[in-house]
Amino acid sequence: MIKMKNVYKKYANGVVATNGINIEIDRGEFVYVVGPSGAGKSTFIKMIYREEVPTSGEIIFDKINIAQLKQKEVPQLRRRIGVVFQDFKLLPKLTVYENVAFALEVIEETPENIRKKVTEVLALVGLTKKARMFPNELSGGEQQRVSIARSIVNQPEVVIADEPTGNLDPETSWDIMEVFEKINARGTTIIMATHNKEVVNTIRHRVVAIEGGIITRDEIGGDYGYEQ
Amino acid sequence: MTFASISAVTVTLLLVGVFIVMMMNLNKIATNLEEDVEIKVLVDLAANDAAVKELEEKLKSNPNLTDVQFSSNEEELEIMIKGYGEEFALYKQGNPLRHVFYVKAATPQDTAKVAKEIEAYDSTYEVKFGEGKIEKLFNVLNTGRNIGIVLIIALLFTAMFLISNTIRLTIVARRQEIEIMKLVGATNNFVRIPFLLEGIWLGILGALLPMILITIAYFNLYDYIQPKLEGELFQPLDKTPFIFQLNGLLLATGIFIGVWGSFMSVRKFLKV
Repeated sequence: MIKMKNVYKKYANGVVATNGINIEIDRGEFVYVVGPSGAGKSTFIKMIYREEVPTSGEIIFDKINIAQLKQKEVPQLRRRIGVVFQDFKLLPKLTVYENVAFALEVIEETPENIRKKVTEVLALVGLTKKARMFPNELSGGEQQRVSIARSIVNQPEVVIADEPTGNLDPETSWDIMEVFEKINARGTTIIMATHNKEVVNTIRHRVVAIEGGIITRDEIGGDYGYEQ
Repeated sequence: MTFASISAVTVTLLLVGVFIVMMMNLNKIATNLEEDVEIKVLVDLAANDAAVKELEEKLKSNPNLTDVQFSSNEEELEIMIKGYGEEFALYKQGNPLRHVFYVKAATPQDTAKVAKEIEAYDSTYEVKFGEGKIEKLFNVLNTGRNIGIVLIIALLFTAMFLISNTIRLTIVARRQEIEIMKLVGATNNFVRIPFLLEGIWLGILGALLPMILITIAYFNLYDYIQPKLEGELFQPLDKTPFIFQLNGLLLATGIFIGVWGSFMSVRKFLKV
């Protein structure tokens, strides 16, 4: 479903972030992307939802080469990919419900569809009772659930998570991982950059290690492999 | 922040508006002066009635001339008597004056050129048009006009800069919102349109106060000044339609700078 061929990315300041990445990710997979800070993990992930464009190489997303996608076509790609961040990126002035509905409003869904989908997805992440609360009234874990709900409310084929448990305490991290497991079980591909050794070593999935801009290890059911 | 943007529009449009009022009135005075420039064609003493008639036809058929008026030597003498006193009435016995044609150049700036042309006609004795003086006048008037236009344009640019800056601040405050919109797949237009609408509103609201103030001020000023200038060469511009045109211009300018400002500012944030 996602295929990278010799993906090379050099930033304007001269930093080479990825130096020839080749990978193939199938539909429904759960992939951890691990590696030291500054190794190219974030760039790797950003190139999938086209926040960054590779300097050279191909990134095929379901037959489309997104490395050469026109600016006009980016919104269509983004609608097929959900993104979750370490810092949640919620709008503080909107309630939980509105934050999730926001993702559907901007793609101009009908009001009844919005109501239906938001209610459904809030139930999935276990926030039905907190729908009317504001982000600052929630715990970190709950905020991350809202952010996950927002990322999946449009039923994307892929969810990309950049350090989703980075700001959370260990116990909350497990709850969040449970949510991701549920989403993955519904057939959604998950690509997660993480530093959370416990999680990677306990909930085993495919592990892709990136170091110095290249993939140094790619094993299904592998462990984290680094000392923290 | 909205308040800052609106006041930026208000202040600049007020300046622009006052300036335009002054410029347009100065321009009116300048045009009045220019249109008042006459060419005096003195007819040769030897010319008989037929020759005078012929000269008149020639002047009237010249497309570069307008407003051809004949004044016989008797009429000229009357003017002189009125101007210099009854003593000149003595000349009625033997009038030494010439017949005169008063003409105006269709384009006042061409006066000198046209005067030369007339000099070549038969039966003319001399062509007078205040040589030297009117060129200077035209120069001064043109320089004044150009300076005015440059200042208005400079003011408008300052306004645009101010507004795009203030709107940019508004947008920076909403940067996160735009970023999330883009991430979940909003099209550029979807993100842009609210800001453009906001720009239009900023422009309208910002133009409102200058429009009201300038209208009230001009109506009062006109009513105060106009009676004092009754019958003078200098007349202020009539209240209507001038003030309505000016209001339309201010409103359009306000909307334009609002839209332009927001368009320029939002553009930067759409490249996510």
